[in-house]
Formats: sequence, C-alpha cells, structure tokens
Amino acid sequence: MATTAPNVYNQRTVVRRTRWQKFLANKKLWRGVTAILCTLVLWEIGSRWDEWFGFRLPFIGFIPPPSDVMVAWLEVLPKIGYWQSWYLSFKRVLAGFLSAMLLGIPFGLALAVNRYFRDIFFPPFEVLRPIPPLAWVPASLIFWPTNEMSIAFVTFLGAFFTIVINVLGGARSIDISYLRAAQSMGATQLDMFWRIVLPGTLPSIFTGAAVGMGITWEVVLAAEMISGGGTQAGGGLGFFIWNSYMGGSLEQIVVGMISIGIAGYLSSSAIRYLGTVCMPWRRLF
Amino acid sequence: MTVTPASSGEHEAQGPASGKGKLELRNVNKGYGEAWERQEVLTHMSLTIAPGDLTAVIGPSGCGKSTLVDLIAGFERPDSGEILLNGEPVTGPAHDRMVVFQETALLPWLTAYQNVAFGPKLRGDLKGEALDAEINRLLDKVGLAEFKDKYPIQLSGGMQRRAELARAMINNPLIMIMDEPFRGLDAMTRELMQEFFLKLFEETRRTNLFVTSELDEAIFLADRLIVLSNRPTSVRETIEIGLPRPREFHMLSSPEAFKYKRQAMEVLHEEAMRGFTRSGDQQAFLDAYRKGDEAQSDG
Ligand SMILES: Nc1ncnc2c1ncn2[C@@H]1O[C@H](COP(=O)(O)OP(=O)(O)O)[C@@H](O)[C@H]1O
Ligand SMILES: [Mg+2]
Repeated sequence: MATTAPNVYNQRTVVRRTRWQKFLANKKLWRGVTAILCTLVLWEIGSRWDEWFGFRLPFIGFIPPPSDVMVAWLEVLPKIGYWQSWYLSFKRVLAGFLSAMLLGIPFGLALAVNRYFRDIFFPPFEVLRPIPPLAWVPASLIFWPTNEMSIAFVTFLGAFFTIVINVLGGARSIDISYLRAAQSMGATQLDMFWRIVLPGTLPSIFTGAAVGMGITWEVVLAAEMISGGGTQAGGGLGFFIWNSYMGGSLEQIVVGMISIGIAGYLSSSAIRYLGTVCMPWRRLF
Repeated sequence: MTVTPASSGEHEAQGPASGKGKLELRNVNKGYGEAWERQEVLTHMSLTIAPGDLTAVIGPSGCGKSTLVDLIAGFERPDSGEILLNGEPVTGPAHDRMVVFQETALLPWLTAYQNVAFGPKLRGDLKGEALDAEINRLLDKVGLAEFKDKYPIQLSGGMQRRAELARAMINNPLIMIMDEPFRGLDAMTRELMQEFFLKLFEETRRTNLFVTSELDEAIFLADRLIVLSNRPTSVRETIEIGLPRPREFHMLSSPEAFKYKRQAMEVLHEEAMRGFTRSGDQQAFLDAYRKGDEAQSDG
C-alpha cells in the first residue's frame, strides 16, 4: 500500500474519454431516457386498466397500450408502404420549407433594408399573413393543376410568413452602433449588408427556420389528410394515419402519430445542428 | 471606400506626428423633431480640440453628449455651423475619426482578432503578414494576445473595452472619440481601465475626445475639461487641467485636483438646478422664485 500510494499521485494523466463514453455519461441523456420510460409505463398501466379493474379511465383508457403499438409498428416496419409515407412527407416538407427559405430570406431582408420596398410590400404581406395556411387549401386545390402542387403551395405559405417576419424583425433590431462602427471604418452599403446585416440576422433566420419547420409539418400532414386519398397525390404520414383510421386500426394510428413526432424531432434537430455550425459564437451562450 | 483628404496618416502611423488631428466646432446647432415637437439639443456650440490633447467633455445626462459625438463622427449632420478636422469640413463617417461607443460595438460573430482586422480588411490598406503582425501587436498591447480567438461574449467587460480600443487604434485615426467608454464597468475594473487607457494615451498622445459623466474620471485623464450646460446645450466652461503627466491616481487627492473639481462641480450643480427647476416641477420652481424675492427685499 505504502509503496503504491505515491504512484497514484504521479499518474495524473488526464483520461481522455471517447465521444461515446461522454455521450453515455451525459446526465441530460439519462434524464430524458428516464422520462420517456416513465411515460411509457404510465401509459401502459393506464390503457390496460380496463382489463385489470373492469372500468376505463377517461382518455387514456381508449388508447392502445404501447406494447400493442410496438407490435403494430414491428408489423409495418418491413413494409415498403410505411417508408414510402416517410419519404413522401419528408419530400413535401423539404420542398415547402426550402422554397420558403429561398424566397423568404431575401424578401425579409429587402423589407428590412429598403424603405420603399417596405412601404410597398409590407401592407399586402400583413393582410395575407393572418390567413391560416389551411384556409388556403380549397383555393389552391382550385388554382393549381395537381394536388401535389397545391400541397406544396400551402406548405410553402405556412413557413414563408413566419420566416419573413423573423428575418425582418431580426434585421431591423441590429444594433445601430454596429452599422456606424462599420461605416467609420470605411464600409460601403454592400459591405454593410454582407458583413453586418446578414450575420446579424442569422440568429433570427434560424429561429424562423425552426418555427417554420414545425408549421410545415403541421400543414403537410393536414393537407395529406385532406387531399391525400385522391388519385394524383397519395401517401405520406398524414395519409397513413387517415388510412389507418378508415381501416379501424387504432394501433396504427398511434404508430403514425409517433412517426410524425420522430420526423419532426429529426427535422428540428437538424436545424439546431446547422445553427451551431453556422453560428459558432452562439454555441457559447 | 471612403478616403478623405484629411486622413493623411492612414498608413502605419509609426511616426509620432501622425495620428494627431485638430478638431474645431464653429457655432454648431443641432435639434431633433419637426415644428412644435422640435427640441434643440446643441446651440452655438463652439470648441477646439488641440492636437495631441485629451479633452474631456462632461455634462448632465441627456444634455447631448452623444449627439455631439454623432456629429463629430459624421453619423449626423449639424443643422448649421461647421465641424473642421485639420481644417477640412467633416462630411460623413470616415476612419480618420474612430468612435468607441457607449455600449460595446464589437461584432458578436467575429473573434477579437477578426474584429480588429475588420477595418483594414474592408479598405484593403493593410494586408497579409503586415496586417497580421499589426493585429497581434495591438492585441498584445491591450493585453489580449491570449484571447485573440475568443468571441466578444467570452470576454469580460474590461476585455471587451480593450478589444474595442485595439479595433479603433488599428485604423490610425487622427482623433479618437470615446463616448462614456467605461460606463457600466464595476468600480474596480473601471479604475484599472482608466489607468490602462491613460498609459496608452500618454504613449501615443493621439488626439482624444473623452465624453464622460464622472468628474473624477475626467480630471484624472484630461488636459482640458469642457463642462456643458443644460439643454439647449453649449459650452459652459473650459477648465485647463494642469496636473503633471504621467498621471497617478494619488494626484486626484491633491489640492490642485480638488480646486478643479470644485470649479466644475459648481457649474454642474448650477446647471442641474436650472434643469431641475425648468423640468416641470412647478412647486420647486415657485419656492426657489419666492426665496429669491425674499432675499432681494431683505438685502
Ligand atoms: N435620433 C434622435 N431623435 C430624436 N431625439 C434625439 C435623437 N438622439 C438624441 N435625441 C435627444 O437628444 C437629447 C440628448 O441625447 P444624448 O445626446 O444621447 O444625451 P447624452 O449622451 O448627453 O446623455 C435627448 O433628449 C434625446 O432625447
Ligand atoms: Mg450618451
């Protein structure tokens, strides 16, 4: 003992942990896992109540227990149709979301930096903005030649307004002393746009993107439920749920719902990850 | 690219003569708002800032100190009057006048190093290794060599102020304008920053306009102290601060410093009273008025 003790002090090498070890040592992860497990256990107990005591709990008693849902899920997992639903929904979300970003960011920035542009385009924008995306569905079904196009359009609208408002607000709230400092140092109008306004708006762009992505999912699924059963544009996770409803499979409805939850989580994680990559100074908050 | 004729000393101002501008304000007026909402902020403002001097400007809060800074920096135009830098009229912002703002204006998305590099990179007047060497020299000078790759949010308040000093200095301005630069720092950091800034100034003696609302700070740093009146604001008093350089903190407790302090305090107090009685507190005004009457009839 006495001989080994000094060695312990000498071996003060820092043990480098692997990423995986760090991941597993993360308390946040374990709290999350515990919370999900607890929810599943309560849900299981709640929905099996009927079989145990003879009367049903309101709400939760009518939902199939997670074990049954798991069985239903395992059934659909190998089927190509289930993955096709994922693919179709994702494709629509991405199409609507990306086109909203592509048009919304320049439009929002133009509103922010040019007074004349703002005076002309902001009023009609503000009139159209409060109209909920789903209220556009009937009109766009009529206007656009295919169902697929009208779904894409409505999806686009859902994200577009949110992104524009965020970009506009973000760009307008840039500290004026940043612009003044840059001006003093010899920045041209173009320099100020690229070097101050754009990076200064980046946080708001990502906020808009995160909120917009959420809205896009809502809209796509609702649009799929409304029009997905038609002949031209089918499938998608929204239609998957609708189809399960028509087929009377309660377990599959829940499978569809959880799939949507996972899809939404994956999308917003992707945006958050992109945000930390594009804005390293924000990681430090 | 704004290259003004006045910015003669823009390339590496190693020579002691460069970076010293003379600034003159002649009868400058500035107000905000239209018609009945109009508020005159500065009236008949005339002052001269001698080359190589540190001129402190002190005045009550809201009297228009930042407005004065905006005019000199060229962010705002005077309604009438002239602002001359080395004899040339000021027409807009340019890198011959650098402002260190009241709140930090470091760009949050750039590291300390990138922030300092911002100006020269924009203009392209300093490039490659020469630029790199100059940035490192300045960051070292302000004690941030180890922190050059940190973002502003990772720096303490004092460090941010020093990074901002480095960012201004690399542009070799003829005059540095500081708008209450140490406001918001805690007392300890503030004192350290005053000492640090003073050393920096005494080394280079670059013309400096230092706006503050702290009398001790002004007397400690300045060659000349300009006391502003209440709004509409003009120069109320100019006090030459004759304390020897290099300055030390203990000089603030010398009888001489005390004399300057009392002189400035009297003016400031008078102005504060004037602003107070005029600013809508009618009862206070009437009381003061009556007292004045009584004093006259007594005497
Ligand atoms: N852009 C502006 N528009 C209207 N009023 C302004 C503007 N800038 C400053 N003022 C007014 O001018 C006065 C002086 O402000 P400021 O120069 O910031 O004072 P100080 O820096 O001495 O505290 C204030 O009453 C403020 O309301
Ligand atoms: Mg101010």
